[in-house]
Amino acid sequence: MYTQALDSSGAEPGSPASAGEVERERRFQERIDRDEKIEPKDWMPQAYRQTLIRQIAQHAHSEIVGMLPEGNWITRAPTLRRKAVLIAKVQDEGGHGMYLYSAAETLGVSRGELIEQLLAGRAKYSSIFNYPTLTWADIGAIGWLVDGAAIMNQIPLCRCSYGPYARAMVRICKEESFHQRQGYEIMLTLARGTGAQREMAQDALNRWWWPSLMMFGPGDAESVHTAHSMRWKIKRFSNDELRQRFIDLTVPQAQFLDLAIPDPVLRWDEAAQHFITGPIDWSEFQTVLKGHGPCNRERLGARRAAHEAGRWVREAAAAYADKHRDRVGGAERHVQTV
Amino acid sequence: MSAAAGSATPASDEDHFRYVLRLADTSLVLGQRLSEWVGHAPALEEDLALGNIALDLIGEARLLLAHAGRIEGRGREEDQLAFLRDAPEFYNVALAEQPNGDFGATIVRQALLDAWQLELYHSLTASTDERLAEIAAKTLKECRYHWRFSCGWLVRLGDGTAESHARAQEALDALWRFTEELITPDALDVRMASCGIAPPLAVVRGRWETRIGAALGEATLLQPSSEHYPWHGKSGVHTEHLGHLLGEMQHLQRTYPGVTW
Amino acid sequence: MNEDWVLYEVFIRARSGLEHKHVGSLHAADARMALEHARDTYTRRQEGVSIWVVRSSEIIASDPEEADALFEPARDKVYRHPTFYSIPDDVKNI
Repeated sequence: MYTQALDSSGAEPGSPASAGEVERERRFQERIDRDEKIEPKDWMPQAYRQTLIRQIAQHAHSEIVGMLPEGNWITRAPTLRRKAVLIAKVQDEGGHGMYLYSAAETLGVSRGELIEQLLAGRAKYSSIFNYPTLTWADIGAIGWLVDGAAIMNQIPLCRCSYGPYARAMVRICKEESFHQRQGYEIMLTLARGTGAQREMAQDALNRWWWPSLMMFGPGDAESVHTAHSMRWKIKRFSNDELRQRFIDLTVPQAQFLDLAIPDPVLRWDEAAQHFITGPIDWSEFQTVLKGHGPCNRERLGARRAAHEAGRWVREAAAAYADKHRDRVGGAERHVQTV
Repeated sequence: MSAAAGSATPASDEDHFRYVLRLADTSLVLGQRLSEWVGHAPALEEDLALGNIALDLIGEARLLLAHAGRIEGRGREEDQLAFLRDAPEFYNVALAEQPNGDFGATIVRQALLDAWQLELYHSLTASTDERLAEIAAKTLKECRYHWRFSCGWLVRLGDGTAESHARAQEALDALWRFTEELITPDALDVRMASCGIAPPLAVVRGRWETRIGAALGEATLLQPSSEHYPWHGKSGVHTEHLGHLLGEMQHLQRTYPGVTW
Repeated sequence: MNEDWVLYEVFIRARSGLEHKHVGSLHAADARMALEHARDTYTRRQEGVSIWVVRSSEIIASDPEEADALFEPARDKVYRHPTFYSIPDDVKNI
């Protein structure tokens, strides 16, 4: 699952230093325009590199922090089948974080540095994960809405100009295809269940609808980086385009569940062939983004605690490898099994 | 098919049901414990590894619970057995329910149980209960990988830094007292062995001790020699931890009885 | 104290008969752990029957700046390809 265009801070394409640089940038842009992929050791403008590192890192952090709200229900999943599905899904998110950190590492920054930035509060992640999962229905709503919005964002990234990022996204999109479906299945079961279950489902939709729309990031008028990212083919559609597409697909799904979208002015515009929503409360988005959401402290706190508690383990493994360099290198060529 | 099969005395359904539940509950409770780690492990790669093992264990539990339900013949399915029994009706070994503690305690608990499950399921592939033998054949492959994982980590922690050695030894000292239950037969184990459904635990004991002894040696850890309290998790007498684990696990099914999820 | 694990590249054989293919990377303290992590990360959906892991630092890569010198000279050797030769359509099995 993923996040909006979060790249709201960082390097701008600066003025090139020399005629040589200008020429290299021109050739680089030509490659992009020809839809050629850029690979790790290829020359690239510093600003392209920085933009990618920032975006991929934010994306990776979102996957990792995103494990927490859903992980909150693993031990309480109501059936063994649901428990297995949820473990597999949360585990997938960890894997996706790994793929993305790996893609970022090809740009010359280590996973350790990136995690350091996250834990120090200097890096962003998708603000959706700062909302709490209060009932089991939230697990359904996250799969349906949050993963739904994520897929909308992620599919165009499979064609991103940077090869390792695009390849990671292809793998991620393929693996995530079950995430949204399992979420909707939970919602469907609840919506067709008892009165208490229906209430639980409606309550979850009420709480997750607007934050899901905010996942696509600020409106196009406010989004500062869109132009560069579009020109570099890191981004292919604007925030508002993707958001509208999500709304148009999702509203009928809510109608099928017979649940109400929490937006009194929502209407179908026949001429535009779109659903038109009421205004988004961006002040809330900014509040959460700045660290004052319901769970910002808890999420970062949990990541820090795991990192700190795991330090002695990582050190032990590294020390063991140092001590037994020959053994672990050599004997492992034919690993013994029972 | 084991040699005992020829002279097998038939097992009562009640015995058979309870024995399969022992196996199922041990996997379920251990899987539930491991799943607590997902999102909080020492490295991202370990989140995935622990998640995989948890998934294997829960998958094993589902197969075994379904089998137990059929033996019982009262129409109870996996979720009714998992979510609607109270602690005294759970028959897992007490070691499985012990809290995760730090990563070292989790690894020690895991290695002790992985080695045991590996030897037990190896023997169960020859069970006179054909369905159980099938499940054992599938489970055995998973056990091999689990042991590979936990034994690898046991050695890294034991022979890593001074801190990791101390932590691993401390966990071993704390958990060793639960191991006798794994390898000491009670009346039900004996009856199951006599009808060929289960192996004689003496066989499992010998192999388990050899396996664990070698791993502890490589990990430079000392095998504790404490006296054992006779735990009876497999007869439904548990430590205080199981009730809390079940309270959390069964919360939704208990709060909203009889609904579909 | 050092807690950073080494970066490994992972190659998976999807099924026997196919070559190993690069699928991604991971961190591990030692080779055995790298194999286990590769298994847990990259074969969760039956993607493979065999795994290679190699330390990233052991890979020697060509320099993209030299791509012209390395790969352009092959461009005009079209006679290496079967389509270079014209054979009448009537001739079969060639």
